[in-house]
Amino acid sequence: MRTELGSPGNPLIVAVVGAGPSGFYTTDALIKSDLAVEVNMFERLPSPYGLVRSGVAPDHPKLKKAIRFYDRIAEAEQFNYIGNVTVGKDISVEELRSAHHAVVFTCGAETDRRLGIAGEDLPGSHTATEFVGWYNGHPDYRDREFDFSGDTAVIIGQGNVAADVGRILAKTVDELKHTDIAEHALQALTRSRLRNIHVVGRRGPAQAKFTPHELKEFGSLADCDPVVARDELTLNPESAAELEEKAGAGNKKVYELLCSFAEHEAKGGNKRCIFTFLKSPKAFLGEDKLTGILLEQNVLSGAPFKQSARGNGATFTLKTSLVLRSIGYHGLAMPGVPFDEGRGVFSNDKGRIVEDGKVVPGLYTAGWIKRGPTGLIGANKADSAQTVSALLEDVGRLGADGVRGGAASCYEILDRRGVRHVSFADWKTIDASELTRGAAVGKPREKYTSVPAMLNLLK
Amino acid sequence: MTTVVTDNCQDCRYTDCVAVCPVECFHYDERMLYIDPEVCIDCSACLPECPVQAIYEEDDLPEDKRKWAEINAVRAGELPVCTDTMDPLPNAAGKKAALGF
Repeated sequence: MRTELGSPGNPLIVAVVGAGPSGFYTTDALIKSDLAVEVNMFERLPSPYGLVRSGVAPDHPKLKKAIRFYDRIAEAEQFNYIGNVTVGKDISVEELRSAHHAVVFTCGAETDRRLGIAGEDLPGSHTATEFVGWYNGHPDYRDREFDFSGDTAVIIGQGNVAADVGRILAKTVDELKHTDIAEHALQALTRSRLRNIHVVGRRGPAQAKFTPHELKEFGSLADCDPVVARDELTLNPESAAELEEKAGAGNKKVYELLCSFAEHEAKGGNKRCIFTFLKSPKAFLGEDKLTGILLEQNVLSGAPFKQSARGNGATFTLKTSLVLRSIGYHGLAMPGVPFDEGRGVFSNDKGRIVEDGKVVPGLYTAGWIKRGPTGLIGANKADSAQTVSALLEDVGRLGADGVRGGAASCYEILDRRGVRHVSFADWKTIDASELTRGAAVGKPREKYTSVPAMLNLLK
Repeated sequence: MTTVVTDNCQDCRYTDCVAVCPVECFHYDERMLYIDPEVCIDCSACLPECPVQAIYEEDDLPEDKRKWAEINAVRAGELPVCTDTMDPLPNAAGKKAALGF
């Protein structure tokens, strides 16, 4: 007779797909459970940490220290990192299911929402994801090109990603050269002739989604003045009411910062970052490349906290050769997993993957691909904990149909296919080399920006 | 810069902040929580979670609460990590009301 699943002789074997924060919080919750476990984390890049490595801005080094917490989780002997393996290509979801009692998808929201307006794909119109991936040295985006030769850039959106993107454009090379920004990005930004950076919001100054922390940084840039027109700060009664509620406390701080920018005496910087509100893009203009953007003035309607923006017909054109669209992320489907196209998430009920209203045994999800792309890093901890408690409730049913091969059987499949899977020790070799390269040029790290360059370091 | 728990937390200890902390930087004693400045990554996720607005970014600390930055650093070094949410202290609701929240 076999011992019970989750006892030392018969560990619960779980695959985690995606090595971002949600993957690590899921792993941590499994390891901290009362059961004996084996957790195998699959990641398509050789490098782990997801958006903490390739999303968090290079000038926010403290935020990247979340990595220290993930490295501690990775030290557990029940944990195997299996990098450079694309699930759905190098190994199928079906094969993962055969090798594990459960599979948890934590693969994030890898693409962007679209505006769905004319000219969106003109050269010069990019997603924030491309730009962020590019300056952070993500292998998928390192070869993108951005035109900084014009004097005006426009960022669509007013969340923290828009703030990051605006700040990187607004900073001087001196402010960036000692960060871990990718070298190709630093070189390209050295040639930037941008002077005006417009950050455009669909709704009003009371609804901007920046955290106060992120917005505040615009007040202390070396060569850029934050600009807000006073007349854009007038609030309708509903917005004023929102700011007086507890739920509006963060927005109130943001609004106060915007007011302080309006009063800010220009220090005569070469650049201006202009925050503007109640405007939606209607079309990207240009024949074979972007020359401008058509914006429409909006008005708000609805009750406090439920206000939506609607165009009032008045339009105007802003000349620009560079637009970065930062209106939110969208998940991508994976073969073998039920997908909710509208929301861009894997269909699920509190983390249990669901198809046609029925739970699919053994499949789970956590993080942005579970609930949509909202919330800071830490929000994924509680979210992953919810998924893991669902998984643990199901343990009685997960081991019913036989033994699982776990990591060993996956290595066998990958080796047979000639896939160079990367262990955590391998990653640490790459990591050490990045740190050494960085130290030589006064940076905390110089990332490798291609997969072959990383694999070259491994024998 | 770091993030600091102040006296509003005393006798409340709601731990809503702990649920969103990405790095387990909160420590606790029988009265309140403290942030370890060596571990905190300044993500500011905990600030809006606190029902009694006890948490500040260090730069925003009011003059009469500045001492809490050092108290957090010292106490965090002596106390256990708060890895999970806990029930609020028995008098939390009363304290919260007294603080006007």
